[in-house]
Amino acid sequence: MANAPTPSNNALPPDAERIALLRDRAEFVRLETLRLIQIAKVGHYSSVFSCAEIFATLYYDAMRLRRGEPQWPDRDRFLMGKGHAAVGLYPLLVDWGFFSKDVLDGYTRLGNPLGDHPDMRKVPGVDFSSGSIGHALSGGLGMVLGGRAANRRFDVYVLLGDGEMQEGQVWEAALSAAHHKAGNLIAIVDRNGYQLDGQVDDIIGIEPLADKWAAFGWQVHEVDGHDVVALATLLRQLKAEADRTRPVCIIAKTSKGKGVGYMETEPGWHLGYLAPSDEALAAEEIKRGGKTQ
Amino acid sequence: MNGPIDTNSWQYRQINARAPGLSYLANALIDLVEDGYPVVAGTADLQYSNGLVRFAQRFPERFTQFGISEQNMVSAAAGMASTGAMPFVATFASFLALLCCEQIRTDVAYSALPVRLIGHHAGISLGFYGTSHHATEDLAIMRSIADLTVVAPADGPQLAAAVKASVNHAQPIYFRIGRGQEPVVYDDGVEFQFGKAIIHGEGSELTIIACGSMVHPSREAYRALRAAGKSVGLIDMHTIKPLDTKAVLSAAAHSRFILTIEEHNIVGGLGGAVAEILAEAGSPARLIRHGIRDEYSLIAPPTHLYKHYRLDAAGIEATVLEALG
Repeated sequence: MANAPTPSNNALPPDAERIALLRDRAEFVRLETLRLIQIAKVGHYSSVFSCAEIFATLYYDAMRLRRGEPQWPDRDRFLMGKGHAAVGLYPLLVDWGFFSKDVLDGYTRLGNPLGDHPDMRKVPGVDFSSGSIGHALSGGLGMVLGGRAANRRFDVYVLLGDGEMQEGQVWEAALSAAHHKAGNLIAIVDRNGYQLDGQVDDIIGIEPLADKWAAFGWQVHEVDGHDVVALATLLRQLKAEADRTRPVCIIAKTSKGKGVGYMETEPGWHLGYLAPSDEALAAEEIKRGGKTQ
Repeated sequence: MNGPIDTNSWQYRQINARAPGLSYLANALIDLVEDGYPVVAGTADLQYSNGLVRFAQRFPERFTQFGISEQNMVSAAAGMASTGAMPFVATFASFLALLCCEQIRTDVAYSALPVRLIGHHAGISLGFYGTSHHATEDLAIMRSIADLTVVAPADGPQLAAAVKASVNHAQPIYFRIGRGQEPVVYDDGVEFQFGKAIIHGEGSELTIIACGSMVHPSREAYRALRAAGKSVGLIDMHTIKPLDTKAVLSAAAHSRFILTIEEHNIVGGLGGAVAEILAEAGSPARLIRHGIRDEYSLIAPPTHLYKHYRLDAAGIEATVLEALG
């Protein structure tokens, strides 16, 4: 690694109960995604499956949130550059009491606030709208700067797709965040290796990715993005660090479609639809495998 | 963190010496902070050009230098606004409206975040810097974005008044301003109300509707024409969106001609907005749109360009006289 991590030893790893919760919530994300896409009849299953453990670890271990208070000013923020995975986030926001399950069950129906991409004005708990790839890291930087001007200290997590690394604005934000010492800005790259037209490294290669972020002045960590213990431990260590002046990039090695075997091996599943019988089979597979990580 | 400020530089000194209009922006923002508003400001490597260097000196902790990353600046401003800050971010109008159009649409306006976007050196005011630096499309682009207020103040005092009025304005705003060398039309402390045009006078033959930098030369022409016995009116349409349709229709009801004057393409900006209102109302008044005639402007010192495009007082006066026959 170009940029050796300096993890704090003050943070304890998650206990067995927490680990079980994180695995359960990751499974919940996958099963709810199956269910909701059944309503829309098309959706980004595999994009959610690659970051299900990241969602679970952020929302049930790392982030400071208050149940039922999506606008709590001191909450940690979460932004998604890969907004097309929002279908996996919405069930967690319901679980946190930010809006009702009735709304969730109307996903993508006429007049419902929940679409393929998240809208902060319509969906309580969504901290930033997205849909156009490349804006979120700048938005997250702005939240850090806004918090700083108001003397509020919260962490800002930004989930980025690996294909998103091809957007120039990401690197504008990377430069500025390091310059402005946005140490409470944590980017997580969902390095699942695929984008719409194929493998990222075939379309426009982005490696050596860790070296790039390190060269931009970020603290870089690489982690198995499906290992909730590793994710939670790392995020706890980062939060406990005394000197938080360098923004953090976590490159999460993931598998697109994780949990459903044929989605992992068939890149065409970026956008798709499972007929009800196939959905039931996929759910079975997720339940068998989801808790083994 | 925002870099040193060189008060001995030519750029710093010219803020006072050559572009006094620019100091109104920074001073208004300083006043707002002193009044307790959560104002923050940022720019993309143009703190001397837009005068925000004064704000940066006064409140360094409230100022962010984004460097040459305009799109990053606009998205970050949206993020800042989401935390309760009142961000004002400034760069050349050409870059703000064209390069950052999507960030403005998706991150700012669609997300209903009260970001204040300052597009300075708009129109052809960057003269010989060339077409890349001219903004003759910004009003048309910004006007087509839902929930975005579009304002073109005539001078420093009106800009300051608009900036101060913006604290009670929920929508995001695009402020289109010039290069700070515009002659002053209004006194300090002039009143400003979004969407409410300033009617300088009414006329039965022709009403000039002007905005931004064109208000001053239009007023010169208006005064000369009135002195020559012509029944000419003048409206300062400082808010392009929402347009003061009442003022437009009232002028059209008593004037034979409506003449729009803008430092902008005649397509889609002030003239376009007025045309839409007149056509939908079935107004019998004849509309003449005066500005850049759907072409790329030439390169020259700004005053030469204004003369060439008949956007100075003499050119506007001549345009009126031609219309009246």
